[in-house]
Amino acid sequence: MIANIGFGVLVITLVTSLIAVITAVYGVTSKTRAMLETSRLAALSTFPLLSISIAVLIVLLLSGNFEYVYVYQTTSLSMPVYLKIAALWGGQQGSLLFWCWLLSGFTFIVLIRKWKQDRDLLPWVIVVTNITIFFFTLLVLFFENPFLKYYIMYNGEIITSLFQPFHAIAADPTDGSGLNPLLRHFGMVVHPPMLYLGFVGFIIPFAYAIAALIEGRTDDHWLKATRKWSLTAWLFLSLGLVLGSRWAYDVLGWGGYWSWDPVEISAFMPWLTGTAYLHSMVMQDKRGLFKHWNIALIILTFCLVIFGTFLTRSGLFSSVHAFSESELGPAFFIFITVMFIASLGLLLYRWSSLSSGYQIKSFFSRESAFLYNNLLFIAIFAICLLGVIFPILSELFTGQQVTVGPQFYESAAGPLFALLLLLMGIVPLTAWSTSTARNLGKSIWKPALVSLTFPIAALILGAHRWVAVLAIWLAALVICVTLYDYIRSIRLRAASQHESIGKAFITLTSRNRRRYGGYIIHVGVALMGVGIIGIEFFQTQTQSMVKQGETLELSGYTVTYNNLEITDTPDGRNVAEAEMTITRDGRDLKVVYPRIDYYYDSDQAVTVPGLRTTLADDLYIILVDWEPVTSEGATFKVFRNPLMNWFWIGSIVAVLGTLLALWPSRERKSIQKEPA
Amino acid sequence: MNSPVENQPSSAPDKRRFPWLVAVISSLLLISLLVIMGLWMKQSKITALEIGAEVPDFTVTSFEGDTFQKSALEGKLILVNFWSSWCASCDEEGDALEEVWQEVKSSGDIVFIGVNYVDTEKDSLAFIEKYGLTYPNGPDLGSKISHIFKVQAVPETYIIGRDGTLAAVKIGAFESTDEIRTLLEQTGQE
Amino acid sequence: MKTNIKLLLLIAAFLMTLVSIRPVMAQDTTPAVSDDQVNEVAQDLYCPVCENTPLDVCPTKACTQWRELIREKIALGWSEQQIKQYFAEQYGGQVLAVPPRRGLNWIVYVLPPLVVLGAVFLAVNIVKRSRKPVKSQTEDSSLPSSAAPGTVLDQIEKDLQKEE
Repeated sequence: MIANIGFGVLVITLVTSLIAVITAVYGVTSKTRAMLETSRLAALSTFPLLSISIAVLIVLLLSGNFEYVYVYQTTSLSMPVYLKIAALWGGQQGSLLFWCWLLSGFTFIVLIRKWKQDRDLLPWVIVVTNITIFFFTLLVLFFENPFLKYYIMYNGEIITSLFQPFHAIAADPTDGSGLNPLLRHFGMVVHPPMLYLGFVGFIIPFAYAIAALIEGRTDDHWLKATRKWSLTAWLFLSLGLVLGSRWAYDVLGWGGYWSWDPVEISAFMPWLTGTAYLHSMVMQDKRGLFKHWNIALIILTFCLVIFGTFLTRSGLFSSVHAFSESELGPAFFIFITVMFIASLGLLLYRWSSLSSGYQIKSFFSRESAFLYNNLLFIAIFAICLLGVIFPILSELFTGQQVTVGPQFYESAAGPLFALLLLLMGIVPLTAWSTSTARNLGKSIWKPALVSLTFPIAALILGAHRWVAVLAIWLAALVICVTLYDYIRSIRLRAASQHESIGKAFITLTSRNRRRYGGYIIHVGVALMGVGIIGIEFFQTQTQSMVKQGETLELSGYTVTYNNLEITDTPDGRNVAEAEMTITRDGRDLKVVYPRIDYYYDSDQAVTVPGLRTTLADDLYIILVDWEPVTSEGATFKVFRNPLMNWFWIGSIVAVLGTLLALWPSRERKSIQKEPA
Repeated sequence: MNSPVENQPSSAPDKRRFPWLVAVISSLLLISLLVIMGLWMKQSKITALEIGAEVPDFTVTSFEGDTFQKSALEGKLILVNFWSSWCASCDEEGDALEEVWQEVKSSGDIVFIGVNYVDTEKDSLAFIEKYGLTYPNGPDLGSKISHIFKVQAVPETYIIGRDGTLAAVKIGAFESTDEIRTLLEQTGQE
Repeated sequence: MKTNIKLLLLIAAFLMTLVSIRPVMAQDTTPAVSDDQVNEVAQDLYCPVCENTPLDVCPTKACTQWRELIREKIALGWSEQQIKQYFAEQYGGQVLAVPPRRGLNWIVYVLPPLVVLGAVFLAVNIVKRSRKPVKSQTEDSSLPSSAAPGTVLDQIEKDLQKEE
């Protein structure tokens, strides 16, 4: 019964979003206020409508009504409550609905808060957002309906249908098949929603940009009005990616955090262009530069979001992420084609009216640094796109299947990331307009010298690969230069304003939140770089079968296999848990419990590593599940990941920096320009 | 699109300064991307070789070293069975296939060829020995043959008619020797 | 007498079997190929059936067989390169972590440096072009000529310049 409500509401949403689009266009072109108000109302109402549908789905998921196909596929009796809620985005149908709901929610917020200020742009914002809502609702209704039920036909065949067909009875399964065991982890609660918040969040600035293009507005208003949206969307997208890495590290059992999987890359590409956009925005804000870049970048980000959604959901790639085969492909393809061509067309149409009188005066100025920044991000994006598209190209034109693996991305994009680090290290000390190499040299030599201690320390500690040592120096450079500039500014302020260092720090930071927030983010990113350098260049591993009491040795660590316990848990798992002691130099460091969880209902196993984490390195032990575990012994794989913890620490620092940059200032309204 | 609202300072776009270079390059890139994605989607829809379609020529070199070329076998009914030693269902049909082979091999115009799909030689030979397979079996080098038939999983059996076109497809293991016999009869009559 | 000869023959036969066993036992003492050696090769290969899964972490039965195959080949003295080539011939090019250098695959090797060169070219050109004197362009709103005076940052920048 309530499923019918859930479904019916979707039909209403489809109609409502269409009304919103049509009345918005009509209202703007005929300048009829009543039409515009109707359009706003229609757009606003998509949110409560979709909320009803979402609420219905959640209720069904929690109730264990397994005759519903979606409930059957994504939940089971043995799953805890929090995972049953997370099942909302655990399958194709639910996650599409969730995406759509988020978009309607964001549109709702914009229309409530900004209707008065952005009256000329918002109708077009309604058009863009509601065309997307219409499209996604269409997909849910006609291709991936979460409210279908199982029915048994008179001939015994089991079908899925929304309404009860003639000569059929409702099926009544007693339990569901449950979420894929790999997904039964806390990561499931946070990783997908964060990613979706990020993806959908970028639609708002995109919609504003399109609105500005259509209206022929060449000023910055669209950019400034959506600055916090962009930064927030970026925050969520970054968090989503990092949480995904942590989750992979925790359960996938290959000692890694990123595998350059096409689906991972399709979430990474909008992050690349989104980050470029965030930086490039600063240029338009301060110097009126890069107007074309900014619109192009936000259009690209939106298109990549949709493209990424398409790649993940069309079933064309098989990976740990991909949803199974579906018929969404053609529909998405049409949507992509329309949106890409329309956006590009609009940008080209308005190209020549978007200009700035300002110039970049030098190769070493802050402006040119931002230009290099944009170009580097675009280059990395192009390389990622090539890597994702090439296997398709190869199969289409030569019939030969190929794999483009991590080696390609690391060697092609690695140097570009290093250059980005270099830029991060230099830019705080570049000046606006004019800078010469000499000016730059003069200001940078002190922190640069300090930063050299790190690669030298690395060399002394035995690191021989010059690429790694160079990368360490670059990361250290970023941290040293940024801290140097920050501290210097605090001290100068303290001196000139006669404040204490503490007060100077607080006032300086709070008056320049975006600048220092940005600095903190850069430091965080550099720390993440340190973690990446550690694991990518210096990881060691070993694998062997050992009997109880025997040991494995790796890089100075000794791991002793003590014991194995096999039990059945009440939530439907068979757990084989090993007890291992980690020792070094004769001292016992930690006891860890790597285990294999075998889920009876899905006939699948998940390996959970035993982990010892310190700032210096991670010791990561897994009980290998493809070798039999017998009284003869068990097979273990041990990884040593140096500096891995800095990756997670760095990401927390970056998040804090973003929160600082986002923090609203009490004194100023959004109309005034902030000085920094 | 409508022309911009009148009281905006920026006028209608200046056609003389249209960014031709940017437009051409970006349009080319966009169109290529769309074309590639479109073609790929179309191709992935073709999940199987169509019945009645001409089967391209291919050669299988058996583990004993004999070669069997499809075009050389024209006029005969060819049963091509894809299997692997690591596939549980393949165990179900091993006996059935050999049994039927024993019955039909004397006729001279039916050929059974086993194509070993993505497997290791040692394990495949063990499989052949386990079921006492006497019809030729060979590895699919480079996975080229399974590519022709668009094999998705194992076991899959394809029957090539006497005219060289695909006559029948069986996805999954044969459940009985009768099933194989019936299929051979149906396709043999064409 | 006959029994003695029979006994002698029996003992001789027994001794002969002992001798023939020895060479087999000698083979058993050659060093077994370690899991680490197998993984070293396997990590650069991909599972031929499961997409995008490296061979050293793939849990399926098929992958276990392939790892055993690698072990055998290492024991026979094959090099990593030879094993990879064997796998590519047997199962197709997609098992290699990078496309083999032939045919269309050159795109993958050539395009990234081209992209970088393109970026450098653009960088140089845009800065150069931007340095030329500006032709009369459509007016724009708010163009700051320099940072607004009196801001904290400006104060600091002024102070910094004094210090230098």
